[in-house]
Amino acid sequence: MSFLDRTARAFLLTELVQGLAMTLRYMFKPKVTINYPYEKGPLSPRFRGEHALRRYSNGEERCIACKLCEAVCPAQAITIEAEPRADGSRRARRYDLDMTKCIYCGLCQEACPVDAIVEGPNFEFATETRAELLYDKQRLLDNGDRWEAELAMRIAADAPYR
Amino acid sequence: MAEAQIQSYNINFGPQHPAAHGVLRLILEMSGEVVERADPHIGLLHRGTEKLIEHKTYTQAIPYFDRLDYVGTMNQEHAFVLAAERLLGIEVPERAKYIRTLYCEIGRILNHILNVTSFVLDVGGMTPLLWGFEEREKLMEFYERASGARLHANYFRVGGVAADLPAGLLEDIAAWCESFPKVLDDMRVLVDENRIFKQRTVDIGTVSPEQALDWGFTGPNLRASGFAWDLRKAQPYEVYDRMDFDIPVGKNGDGYDRYLVRVIEMQESIKIMKQCIEKMPGGPVKVDDRKVAPPPRGEMKRSMEALIHHFKLFTEGFHVPAGEVYAAVEAPKGEFAVYLIADGTSKPYRCKIRPPGYVHLQALDMLSKGHMLADVVANIGSIDIVFGEIDR
Repeated sequence: MSFLDRTARAFLLTELVQGLAMTLRYMFKPKVTINYPYEKGPLSPRFRGEHALRRYSNGEERCIACKLCEAVCPAQAITIEAEPRADGSRRARRYDLDMTKCIYCGLCQEACPVDAIVEGPNFEFATETRAELLYDKQRLLDNGDRWEAELAMRIAADAPYR
Repeated sequence: MAEAQIQSYNINFGPQHPAAHGVLRLILEMSGEVVERADPHIGLLHRGTEKLIEHKTYTQAIPYFDRLDYVGTMNQEHAFVLAAERLLGIEVPERAKYIRTLYCEIGRILNHILNVTSFVLDVGGMTPLLWGFEEREKLMEFYERASGARLHANYFRVGGVAADLPAGLLEDIAAWCESFPKVLDDMRVLVDENRIFKQRTVDIGTVSPEQALDWGFTGPNLRASGFAWDLRKAQPYEVYDRMDFDIPVGKNGDGYDRYLVRVIEMQESIKIMKQCIEKMPGGPVKVDDRKVAPPPRGEMKRSMEALIHHFKLFTEGFHVPAGEVYAAVEAPKGEFAVYLIADGTSKPYRCKIRPPGYVHLQALDMLSKGHMLADVVANIGSIDIVFGEIDR
């Protein structure tokens, strides 16, 4: 009996027809693809994208050049030089971040004691030349200014878990 | 007319062959269309991970493990943090254990979806890949919500996990656990009985139980040959001893059995994930030891002592007492292990990585000998190799 059953199934192409019916059913389901540059998938507040240096609300840079991020970076992508300002405060003279080395592990933002260096929600920073990916302090501060509203929101949303 | 003698000849398979699953260069000695010898050349993705880890603190070494088998990343981190924790002799909080178990099972499903569907793609079926990647996308979203990255998570830490799961995430994972078996069943309708798939996989690359042991198989490849060996059962780590799940075992050890074992394993993983979510306890996710785990940010900004600990941990790192340990986990591909030698400083003296794919790849010659050229592709697909971990 099982022989007959098997032969009948083989000749009637049962499993192929079942498979085709299944794919046909999926054809009428709503599409899950998104129209990327115009639609984007959701990102959580923890997403680790392009870096930014933040400022305090009075416009002063947060970074105090403590070099914790430089020390903890596994890829050694960060270079910092510190200098005292005229008012005696310690600030970074140089804050270079090599985005071609960075592995986006998030250890720098974890290490930063003043929430200065953060990894923001931006992941669309592809460039045409390699040199454009060697960020200096000004570039990072500009990023911070551009994304500040969102960065503050993300840090506030994630604060209970950190 | 005299019979023509065909001389055996060599062909290059890869390293840019789409069915080589990465940068595998395979020299095939062919006799006509029959493979006489398959010689894998590896090392094209070598990055010197083991040596680099010797120059990194234990915290800095974790991201390297994401980049070994970049398909289910947290399972690799798991082996390393377990090794370091055993040397330190610390006990991880309950909640962290459950989170790790949950995420390792997510990693297992991530891996098996990719392997099973790309295996089917290798032998001619495209649809499961498209369906599977939709589910992978959802899983990677869970990764991203917990860790901040879709693949290279850097989420497990020595002494726990980086941060607690955000509110609502467990509910979403539970909902996904309900919906995924349906997709898996739909995929099985397409593949399981499909005659083309069966013609390409049944009795192809058969591994007898003796051969499987001789060649050092672990994981699904070993189980497909009939051994119910699973490190989650044999030497339970984290909370696997409290989980109720079965080990799927194959009968013939061919490509088809390896496919089936992986599919059933996904169903078992769903069972484990559900139990994890159900039993998930509250409490901290990092060990309460300021010499190992950094203090919470709020405390770091208020307390001088916490700030000192924070600075020490992120510059020098924590010191691990001298000793050596072998920590193995049941990674999706097999036994992934870290042999760690510590010399009392904050950096490992030596970190040997035992990747399962490396062991499985060396059996490719045994698997492919006497098969047709097209079966080599099916064999590579069925033993589940990823070059991040083989070349290290």
